[in-house]
Amino acid sequence: MTNVTPALLAATLETLIMVAVSLSFCVVFGLTLGAWLAISSPQGIAPSRSVHQLLAAFANISRSIPFLVLIVLLLPFTRFLVGTSIGTAAAIVPLIVGGTPYAARLVEAALLDVDPGLIQAVVTLGASPAQAVWKVYFPEAIPGLIRAFTVLAITMINFSAMAGAVGGGGLGDLAIRYGYQRFRLDVLVLCCVILIVLVQAIQFGGNSLARRLDRR
Amino acid sequence: MHDTSAISVSGLTRRFAGTSAAALDGVDLEVATGTIHGVLGLSGAGKSTLLRCIARLERPDAGEIRIAGSDWTSLSDAELRRERGKMGIVFQQLHLLASRTVAANVALPLELHGTPRLAIVSRVAELLEWFGIADKAMQFPAQLSGGQRQRVALARALATAPRVLLADEPTSALDPETRASVLNTLNRIRDRLGVSVLIITHDLRSTAGICDSVTILDAGRVVETGPAFQVLRHPSNDVTRRLLAYTESPSVKEAIPQHLHFEEVARP
Repeated sequence: MTNVTPALLAATLETLIMVAVSLSFCVVFGLTLGAWLAISSPQGIAPSRSVHQLLAAFANISRSIPFLVLIVLLLPFTRFLVGTSIGTAAAIVPLIVGGTPYAARLVEAALLDVDPGLIQAVVTLGASPAQAVWKVYFPEAIPGLIRAFTVLAITMINFSAMAGAVGGGGLGDLAIRYGYQRFRLDVLVLCCVILIVLVQAIQFGGNSLARRLDRR
Repeated sequence: MHDTSAISVSGLTRRFAGTSAAALDGVDLEVATGTIHGVLGLSGAGKSTLLRCIARLERPDAGEIRIAGSDWTSLSDAELRRERGKMGIVFQQLHLLASRTVAANVALPLELHGTPRLAIVSRVAELLEWFGIADKAMQFPAQLSGGQRQRVALARALATAPRVLLADEPTSALDPETRASVLNTLNRIRDRLGVSVLIITHDLRSTAGICDSVTILDAGRVVETGPAFQVLRHPSNDVTRRLLAYTESPSVKEAIPQHLHFEEVARP
């Protein structure tokens, strides 16, 4: 039996890199898209039916496509962006494209959770829509946003494991190569254990941080 | 015509889709500079819609609103944002930002209007001192009592040195001691800062206590208006009489001496 420890460590690192990089992009894109969704919604600070419907359609269509299919669909785009369609870097592209609409919807929900009366009060103080987003929506929604990004990070771990199935590297890739193709049940179980520990740690960290920053 | 008025409302009308009756139907209102004016009415009288229209949270269907001389009904969004510094509002739910400290809450309107940082620091310190909450500057609203939160909301509303203060039910759900303190503060705001105050309330006790003049609203129309003393002591309209009878407050006879008491407190 071969020693799989180096492979496990490398795969864990690949998973962490995939999740960290794609999550960072998803947070930035999700905050932007989610803020537009929230402020253009009927209960937002600058309601616009057409803008909201356009953004909502984008978010919904992207989320309708199963992630595995999205990876295949994006292969030419991925190859164009990073020069290859295999490996960790290549897996990050569909992770960002697939994660952004989820992030946007989670951000929208967190922002719309802010008391609309509070937003109106700030409007009467002279806030522009942009000021309302930066000075009220985001700061007041911080606990909700942290919980949203915790859910997103866990979704990204799931997605990254799926990306592994098509040569994306990481723990999912290792689990399939060793556990499915070489009948190494021990590697399969170890991959699952590492994934469970990662998810538990992220959930615990997210919950603690959200609780600590909640001033209500 | 209305140059001496802090707030001048004429022919204000607001209808909501799906309802036959207008929420506001040709309302006229004058708040003289340096006075406290109360708008009284039972539930559904149109008080909240009036406040929202004056604050331009809603656009009226007809009529004119002038705040400190400028016509708020004809302003563009950008002009309105600049003009908002002339009006402070204290909402019934206060709407303080939970994520900001007391000092940062009071600083918010100044930040929104692009006030330089040093000027913000000194103005906030001055306001916190004036309202007796300087020691709470670094606390968060959730750590304060109801009365302290009320004072933070008042300090925030006055941060840009507005000419006009709108107070939505400022005394509802407060214990008697805090209510007296809030009324006293509103008096001081009028007398020492020269700010004109418009109170929207159903609380006759506070109206009788501190208002110079009152307007009685019913079904979106003004049914009576005039000096508080006269309207409350000699109501000429059935709605006013009903309001006086329904209100859980001392009789008008008891309320008038309270008015004097508050003035004495406010003018040492």
